[in-house]
Amino acid sequence: MSTGQPGEAGAGAIAIGVEGLRKSFGDVPVLNGIDLTVASHEVVCLIGASGSGKSTLLRCLNLLEPISEGKISMWGQDITAPGVDENLVRRSIGIVFQSYNLFPHMTVLRNITLAPVRAAGVPKAQAEEEARALLDRFGLASRENEYPDRLSGGQQQRVAIVRALAMKPQVMMLDEVTSALDPELVAEVLDVIRELAAGGMTMLIATHEMGFARDIANRVCFLEEGLIIEDAPPAELFTAPRDERTQRFLRRIIAAGRM
Amino acid sequence: MAGSGPPATNTFLATGRGPRLLSGGGGRRAAAVSTASTVVVLAALVAGFLLAPGSAEVRHTFFSPHDMWASFVGNPSKGYYSVGEALWLNIRMFLVAEVFILIFALMLALIRQSASPVLFPFRVLALIYVDFFRGVPVLLVVLAIGFGMPALRLPFVSAQSTAVYGTVALIITYSAYVSEVYRAGLNSVHRSQAAAARSLGLSQFATLRFVILPQAVRNIIPPLLNDFISLQKDTALVGVLGAIEANEAAQIYSSTVFNYSSYTVAALLFLLLTIPLARFTDGLIERDRRRRLAGAAT
Repeated sequence: MSTGQPGEAGAGAIAIGVEGLRKSFGDVPVLNGIDLTVASHEVVCLIGASGSGKSTLLRCLNLLEPISEGKISMWGQDITAPGVDENLVRRSIGIVFQSYNLFPHMTVLRNITLAPVRAAGVPKAQAEEEARALLDRFGLASRENEYPDRLSGGQQQRVAIVRALAMKPQVMMLDEVTSALDPELVAEVLDVIRELAAGGMTMLIATHEMGFARDIANRVCFLEEGLIIEDAPPAELFTAPRDERTQRFLRRIIAAGRM
Repeated sequence: MAGSGPPATNTFLATGRGPRLLSGGGGRRAAAVSTASTVVVLAALVAGFLLAPGSAEVRHTFFSPHDMWASFVGNPSKGYYSVGEALWLNIRMFLVAEVFILIFALMLALIRQSASPVLFPFRVLALIYVDFFRGVPVLLVVLAIGFGMPALRLPFVSAQSTAVYGTVALIITYSAYVSEVYRAGLNSVHRSQAAAARSLGLSQFATLRFVILPQAVRNIIPPLLNDFISLQKDTALVGVLGAIEANEAAQIYSSTVFNYSSYTVAALLFLLLTIPLARFTDGLIERDRRRRLAGAAT
């Protein structure tokens, strides 16, 4: 799962580097100077209130949003430089959204094989074989001919994860992938993510599931008003947060019974 | 509880109507009522027509079986053409125009939806085009192309038949309408679909081709078919250029024989063309409605 990363110099190599990233929508600043590094095979969770900039950060890293200022690099290569083929960059970064965004007019199998066949030029038969292997691995083997609206939310989200994995990305970004799910469906999706982490996948995860973040993350970043306020291993951030704003956020989470 | 039971007879029975339940006799009764109602209404309309003072003349001028048949089969030696044969020209114009409209209108819609600054002048041109041809009566466009192009005396461009000019005029006008239908369809696909496709590394073209357009077209099939029903009828306008299509053939008959039954024939033939398409459109709308309901239930 971790083979073939460009420029990889063993574990610890920097997969994603963000320097001074700023992003505004019109006059509204959303990211106010983000600095962040994610090493290969590292799992970093982004936590923070809605509107703190977690989703926008992920969308910027995937080049879905043009950035206002700063620099983003992957394995040392600047991906915000002019002339960079954004389609090539996106092929190496998988992103999964809160609202699944499966293609409703395609079967599960076609949802998964579309990008490998049409963007990466994988022969159809091979793409389908790989898709079936992934579906099988995530307990969706019997669903390949279903349309998305016949699946539960948890199944749809697992298909969305498989769809991103089918492009063999080197990094996975998950944008609050359990937030739209009924509570009883959350676990099946979190299990999939745990399996990815165990396989050594480099991941950047925006989440409201504090218990999950504590379990899975190597590092947790707390965001507020477009800034990373605190960046620490989960044991430290959740038990002894240093910044007063982090403490306030965690108190509210605990008061709401979400941790 | 004792002593306060329901009254022996149902005090709600006041109308004398049958059971409201649709099962059992209710369905048969409803069918009988609707048949009777239809017969009464039709009989009243026919009686009104037959009893009108000028009924006999109208029947002779518009519904003469002899003239209807004569205009349908035609007789060039007597100076008039077959309305039935002329309809074939309407069908051909419709089929050719339809293909070009679908392509050209899509291009217009995509230009109008584009975001690239390079395409700005094209967006303005497309906007002007759509505003202009949606606002000008089709008949005027048919006349302008049909008489203007030959007058230019250009090679090829000025040497086409009236049917070709008429078809070009229909393509020009209807592309403006249909491009708006396409645009509504493109807008009906949520932005997150494009984001999902692009995030997988699909190019902008591949995203449009495989993700956006298939969903957009599915959403606009009913309004698209509506426009094509009116396109079928508007092929009759090409007759003003002298092309022998059904309406023109009917007019030639009426001015040769002084009987309007040929128009009735043309009207019936147009109905034969448009009604199947209209039923088909309604069928699609109904199927789409049921699919949406089924989708919402899961």
